[in-house]
Amino acid sequence: MSLLDVTGLSIRYGGTEVVSGFSLSVDSGESVGLVGESGSGKTQTALAIMGLLPGEAAVGGSIDFDGTQIVGAAEKQLDALRAERIGMVFQDPMQALNPYVPIGKQLRRVLLQHGLSDGREADQRVMHMLGRVGLPDPARQFRSYAHQLSGGMRQRVMIASALIAEPDLLIADEPTTALDVTVQAQILDLLERIREDTALLLITHDLGIIAGHCERLVVIGNGRLIEEGPTRSLFSAPRMEYTRRLIAAAPRLDGATAPLPETGDILLEAEQVSVSYEEREGRQQLHAVQDLDLQLRAGETVAVVGESGSGKSSFVRAVLGLIPMRAGRVTFCGHELAGPVKARATEMRRDLQLVFQDPVGSLNPQLRVERIIAEPLSVHAPDLDAAARSERVATALQRVGLDEDLLRRFPHQLSGGQAQRVAIARALIVNPRVLVCDEAVAALDSSVRQQILSLLQREQRATGLAVVFISHDLAVVRSISHRVLVLYLGRLVELADVAQIFGHPRHPYTRALLDAVPVPDPLAPGGRLSIRGEVPSIVSPPPGCAFHPRCRYAIERCRVEAPIARPVDGTRVACHRAEELEL
Amino acid sequence: MSVVARIGSHLRTSKTVMVSGGTLCAIALIAIVAPWISPNEYLAADFSSILRAPTMSAGHIFGTDDLGRDLFVRTMMGVRVTFVVAIVASVVSLVIGVLYGATAGFVGGRVDGVMMRLVDTLYATPFIFFVILLLVVFERNFLLIFVAIGAINWLDMARIVRGQTLSLREREFVQAAQLIGVSTPRIIFRHIAPNLVGIVIVYVTLTIPQAILIESFLSFLGLGVQEPQTSLGKLVNDGTKQMEGASWILLIPATLLAAILLCFNFLGDGMRDLLDSRRSQ
Repeated sequence: MSLLDVTGLSIRYGGTEVVSGFSLSVDSGESVGLVGESGSGKTQTALAIMGLLPGEAAVGGSIDFDGTQIVGAAEKQLDALRAERIGMVFQDPMQALNPYVPIGKQLRRVLLQHGLSDGREADQRVMHMLGRVGLPDPARQFRSYAHQLSGGMRQRVMIASALIAEPDLLIADEPTTALDVTVQAQILDLLERIREDTALLLITHDLGIIAGHCERLVVIGNGRLIEEGPTRSLFSAPRMEYTRRLIAAAPRLDGATAPLPETGDILLEAEQVSVSYEEREGRQQLHAVQDLDLQLRAGETVAVVGESGSGKSSFVRAVLGLIPMRAGRVTFCGHELAGPVKARATEMRRDLQLVFQDPVGSLNPQLRVERIIAEPLSVHAPDLDAAARSERVATALQRVGLDEDLLRRFPHQLSGGQAQRVAIARALIVNPRVLVCDEAVAALDSSVRQQILSLLQREQRATGLAVVFISHDLAVVRSISHRVLVLYLGRLVELADVAQIFGHPRHPYTRALLDAVPVPDPLAPGGRLSIRGEVPSIVSPPPGCAFHPRCRYAIERCRVEAPIARPVDGTRVACHRAEELEL
Repeated sequence: MSVVARIGSHLRTSKTVMVSGGTLCAIALIAIVAPWISPNEYLAADFSSILRAPTMSAGHIFGTDDLGRDLFVRTMMGVRVTFVVAIVASVVSLVIGVLYGATAGFVGGRVDGVMMRLVDTLYATPFIFFVILLLVVFERNFLLIFVAIGAINWLDMARIVRGQTLSLREREFVQAAQLIGVSTPRIIFRHIAPNLVGIVIVYVTLTIPQAILIESFLSFLGLGVQEPQTSLGKLVNDGTKQMEGASWILLIPATLLAAILLCFNFLGDGMRDLLDSRRSQ
């Protein structure tokens, strides 16, 4: 008899069945991965197990947790079960924590409410737990509020609160999707270490993160069970097409990549760009970006990579003129681009386009797809008649691989991938020469991600489009980039050809980013964590080399003297020890 | 679907909105049609039947007042005035509030600061004092009531619209439009304004009962509509004088007023719920 037995589960909202006839079992102490694309019903299944589905959901089948039937159970019974026996970690820790209550108090409540502990002992247990999840100075964190912690710290708190009552089962629903790759690796590592004999159900769309952390995999697609089996055999011999597709879509750091398109003349050049924000009027200056250079050739893709807070977005937005530059110069085809985007010449605006991270947020919810895609034409080709215009729209739609019947839809009726294609179509309809993608695939499933990347490459081959591709994940950019620019706290860390970056990184930070990428292979050694902690606040950057507190190669010089970017072996590196280190 | 069409399609699924909206339509229809077809004249005083209690037989179904005027026709005329005041005052507050709020929100910076401090100042002015001042300086007339009510209600509207505009301005689709090269007026009309429609519709349905209440209040104090015109507030005022002998003169318009207010409040609440549920989807 398993700890958790889900049999013939079906979940229905009105006329639509989101989960049908799904089965799953988890033994005591086992770690099981539940994998599927977004919309496959994996989160619905998790909520059903917790008894957290909204009232309008009609649930059928059976969910048996250690002898207790969860389907149709009374709320009181479920309350006792949750927290005491089943813990849950959600995707977004900020939303799962109460912003008005210190985190120690929140954790204490779990213990007190269920009568698991009293007063002083509860405090000690909470403190102990906070220490175990790797929060420095637990006594201080006990009194902190959620907003005072970084994303990774918050997720650690969530894990602590899920585990504090020592449940038998821990459900983690995409626990690392909202986090940086480096933090993701640390959180997964923590989950693995800390759970001891607690069974783990890890829900994700990313096979890479599950490979090294789960004994058994259950693949869900369209609300149905696709296949299940031990992780190793599933990876080595997937039986179903759906699973094969998921495995193929996981980004990898090894394996061959297609040859990159040829590059041409320099199109866009940014020199010594600096961006500062003022924290409260006239007071402290935050240097988000310092003295960054970038050269972009026609047909070239340059990736800008770094953890959140590294200044990637600020840098490209300043280049595009969306935010003011403190210093620096941007030229496009020899013409200087000065001032905000509003003040720039119309043809300059046409040539530089941006695709945002959140595909739905960058589309006006009140307009139909057709009008969204056509909008740039009203500015850059106002003389077109209706027929010519709709032909241009149809062509743009074809270029991004969308069906024409989407034209009459509103953004909220599109999937994430479709919405991002619409955003790309809007950018491409005026035939720009530079396309900036700001984490354009970060919010998408890995299979959709691949499609978008190859779409960009196809465009590049056909039209000589130059692409600046911002990402926090090195694995994503590997197959499409000519060169990679790695940033840390707004400063250049390393700029090199893609082969160099992935083969012989020169900077410990680049190495760390590579190490953090989860390998979608259960046999790979993986989990070589060479970086700890998170990006320090830009309000008070560390003295000397900004990276030194997290760098295991740091020497005395790194603590006092900021390294200047210099050429080493055909790359530009900002590290005092670039020549001597073997990474 | 546009916002309006979408709200329309949701309306059919909400019972609160259906029932309250239906009741309001029925009241409005009766108020428009009944005085025409009723045998009794609005101003005709029938001294043979003073203070007659409501009966079906004598043709005065709501009874008569102290001058022998038919109360049914008078009440319906009062409903007409009340509706007109409410709608016109709401439109006035809608136009001023949306323009003012959207401008302050989109332009931002110092302009926004100055504009919103003006709103704060007006908020701090005692309303009754303001109305009495208006009535003393100018002559009493129908128009003044609109001005007074509109002048109060647009403040809330301006604040709400400004807040919404501020958050819309930071949305990525607005940045995308700027990057494409769309001009500022076009951004306001095409990208900001349509996204305000939902919240404005909801807010207007909540302003209407407020306007009705203020009008009734003014009329009750004798500062509102003047004889021979009447409104529900004024009828209630008249009724209080006869409260002990002829309670129907007070009770009928008061009940109707309460029913109308309740319906508008339900309608507004229902619309807000619909908008919220659309957002959370």
